[in-house]
Amino acid sequence: MALAQQSSPHARKARSTSRLMLWVIMATVPGLLAQTIFFGWGNLINVVWCIAVALAAEAAMLSIRKKPLAFFLKDNTAAVTGLLLGLSLPQFVPLWVSAIAVISAIVMAKQLYGGLGSNPFNPAMVGYALVLISFPVAMTTNWAQPGLLWESAPGFGETLNLLASAQQTVVDGYTMATPLDEYKHKITTHTATEVLAHPTFGEGIARGWEWVNVAFLLGGLVLIGLKIITWHIPVSLLAAIAVMSLAFGSNPDQYAPISLHMLAGGTMLGAFFIATDPVSAATSHQGKLIYGAGIGVLIYIIRSWGNYPDAVAFSVLLMNFAVPFIDHYTPPRTYGHHKARRGVPGKTKG
Amino acid sequence: MTQLWDFAGGIHPAEHKHQSTGRPIRQAGLPKRLVLPLQQHIGAPAEAIVTEGERVLKGQRIAEVSAGMGVPVHAPTSGTIESIARLPVPHPSGMDDWCITLIPDGEDRWCQRHPIPDYRKLERDEVLDAIRTAGISGMGGAGFPTNIKLRPPKDRKVSTLILNGAECEPYITADDMTMRERSDEIIAGLKIMAWILRPERCVIAIEDNKPEAVAAMKEAAEGTQIEVIVVPTKYPSGGEKQLIRILTGMEVPSGGIPADIGVMCQNVGTAIAVARAILEGEPLIRRVVTITGEAVAEPGNFEALLGTPIHDLLDLAGLQRAQLHRLVLGGPMMGYTLNSADIPVVKTSNCVIAATAQELPEPEPEQPCIRCGQCAEVCPMELLPQQLFWYAKAGEFEKAEHTNLFDCIECGACSYVCPSSIPLVQYYRYAKGEIRVQQAEQLKADHARERFEARQARLEREQQEKELRRKERAKAAADAQAKKKEEAEQAAAQSEAVDEKAAKAALVQEALARKKASKPAAPEAQTTAESSAPAPDIPALEKQLTQAKSKLETMQSMLEDARAQQADNVDKLERAVAKNHERVKRAEEALTEVTTDTAPVTQSTE
Ligand code: SF4
Ligand code: SF4
Repeated sequence: MALAQQSSPHARKARSTSRLMLWVIMATVPGLLAQTIFFGWGNLINVVWCIAVALAAEAAMLSIRKKPLAFFLKDNTAAVTGLLLGLSLPQFVPLWVSAIAVISAIVMAKQLYGGLGSNPFNPAMVGYALVLISFPVAMTTNWAQPGLLWESAPGFGETLNLLASAQQTVVDGYTMATPLDEYKHKITTHTATEVLAHPTFGEGIARGWEWVNVAFLLGGLVLIGLKIITWHIPVSLLAAIAVMSLAFGSNPDQYAPISLHMLAGGTMLGAFFIATDPVSAATSHQGKLIYGAGIGVLIYIIRSWGNYPDAVAFSVLLMNFAVPFIDHYTPPRTYGHHKARRGVPGKTKG
Repeated sequence: MTQLWDFAGGIHPAEHKHQSTGRPIRQAGLPKRLVLPLQQHIGAPAEAIVTEGERVLKGQRIAEVSAGMGVPVHAPTSGTIESIARLPVPHPSGMDDWCITLIPDGEDRWCQRHPIPDYRKLERDEVLDAIRTAGISGMGGAGFPTNIKLRPPKDRKVSTLILNGAECEPYITADDMTMRERSDEIIAGLKIMAWILRPERCVIAIEDNKPEAVAAMKEAAEGTQIEVIVVPTKYPSGGEKQLIRILTGMEVPSGGIPADIGVMCQNVGTAIAVARAILEGEPLIRRVVTITGEAVAEPGNFEALLGTPIHDLLDLAGLQRAQLHRLVLGGPMMGYTLNSADIPVVKTSNCVIAATAQELPEPEPEQPCIRCGQCAEVCPMELLPQQLFWYAKAGEFEKAEHTNLFDCIECGACSYVCPSSIPLVQYYRYAKGEIRVQQAEQLKADHARERFEARQARLEREQQEKELRRKERAKAAADAQAKKKEEAEQAAAQSEAVDEKAAKAALVQEALARKKASKPAAPEAQTTAESSAPAPDIPALEKQLTQAKSKLETMQSMLEDARAQQADNVDKLERAVAKNHERVKRAEEALTEVTTDTAPVTQSTE
């Protein structure tokens, strides 16, 4: 009688990585829906395209590295990277630009570092930052003008045509800068009231954008509810942006108001779906709080005083750099110990 | 309502407890043979005090611990000792160990029992001794000798005595059923332990998924100071450290024991064993074991004699062999797999799970860690399991130790939730093992160094002594020379006295020779021999003697070194030294013969 010999525990009940990733994908559906409703077909096409490119790039790299294809493709992590890029790139960015973003994300930021689990930087944000630096025009001018899908946005076929064209810029009339960009540039010569009168901002905070952000917030809350992510990173990130904009932005004639920071741009997508990428984030609860707050502060700084319209990618990448350091100094205090053992053995014997 | 605290992390695995609570505790009866391992707990193994073929009575001591920490083993029934041999024992490694095999005679005849119902009249030490004599060790986990645990360090006062009835592992219901059916005995045992320790508070902690046990214990504790506290169901609340945290809000210091914070935990089964030992004079010879899993048709709890083969119990529970895929001793979270059911029930066996392949499926292949942190979320010790895993995998043991590897209680909660199905606990065990091996090697290297240094010092000392002896010899020789001269002068002056003196000198020589024989390395012998050496064959004999002596000396120093290094040629060297002793003695005898014969002659001829 051959009995199975195994190490304890004998019972396991884990949600597999692929299941977790599937949940992440599902949780982005409200945001994607809102994007489609308010900005047309652009993001939806982007998402499908980016996921396809991501899977192809992952498969190519896996076969070059002689890794089991199905085993790793099944984990859905490449799909998530593609998805996140599709959600955050401008609606009318040419397909070849987004392909470069996705390929560099998968090939450089993920596979060349050793694949799943070994990448120190958030792959999607590496791809984003790379095309942002390389193709600034394509990346800053191709944001769709908000217009309800059934009213003014270009149709599916038209959008596909525009995206497929090799041009880095798309016909005016469809595109514009993001509200945050708009605000930053106009406020130097106009008053806050004048700026906000512009159609970009609509009746509410930033036409369309607020709903997209609220939808991503909803999806993010679902992830927290399902214990797929913890609250630490999103909460500290949003809190840091809030504190910063309250501290510096009390005068709307100088800086964008808090409402705009929270609900325009990629704030919620970044807080709940991008900064929380476990592989490249800090690990302990305390570490996550520091990590999230760091991203929040950097987002505010780059948005207010930097040259780039949105700052999620750079902030996340900068804090990725700090993760080993943060992890080093924020281990939890173990049961039965007076304090946490920080640092490395030898230097600080606990 | 008493205040309860929460502990960090924890999980809620499927309980599977109802499988084995449907039937009352059954008696397993007398098996055909009982196998009693000599080591059933932490500490020194016991030594058999019976011989093969000997007839023993039920309750008779058959193995005793003479030195070190340990408790005796008793015959669970009357019968004949069949053998004392190495047999498979319950151990994760599946190893063999010394066991006494007993063939029951079916009479179940007791030896003389000595109950002490009025234990309160005795000294506490005497009661503790009775607990030791009854062979009681903890029946929950590792099985620490109970009498030692009940004697906390002198400077520690146990103010809270906790009876652990949490039983948080899935599947296991031995304590649950025991509490339901034997609550009075448990209370009696608890009272004895409380009398020994004199705590301020006595608590029985039970998870809230055992309402029947709670009701039974509450009823039994009626009218006493004992509190029955219901704790929320969460794994691993039955872990000693977690339970203490739940009940007191305090933490056992890392590397310390609960008594350091004035707490002690005992298992429910241990309480019964204590009650039986003191009130009935019954040593620990039986225990309740849960036999469960989907591969048995009638799962339940059995009161089995220690030494009962597990396959007997599985058969009693209706094992369906074809279904059996994995056999786990202990719970599914912390137990280990057995490769055969031919091992006996011991003092710490609480559960056997006969699982089907669907029930406990093979684990998924390991994927890379995605640092999702789920493991850290559930770790009850607030460790960073994935960090420990990285370090263990990379062989960075020093870092793993620094990250508190040794605080890990191997509860398995982290492995349970890991989405990448990484067998984390396996890595921790491996790392712990490696570190222990390294430490042992370090210790060995230290010892070797110490031994080497000691040898170096010895060699130096010997060198010095040799030098000293050489000087002494030279001095003695000079003295002797001077004396001889003087004597010669005197002899010339008083030739009459010569004979008398020569006779005296001969006597002295003889005495010296005798002394030489008993102290071969003595240098004076040599000098005296030299000093009176004009006879023709004497120099040859002397040379022989010196040679034999120097050889003996080298042999002896070689032997000493060999002994110090525990080399395996010690025997040979010992024989060589003895032979050389012989040789020296013979040479000396020959020499003395010659000198005593010739001395007077030579003297007179001068
Ligand atoms: S649960 Fe598994 S995958 Fe997640 S961090 Fe821990 S070890 Fe890594
Ligand atoms: S096995 Fe160790 S590391 Fe894992 S959860 Fe339990 S105590 Fe924590």
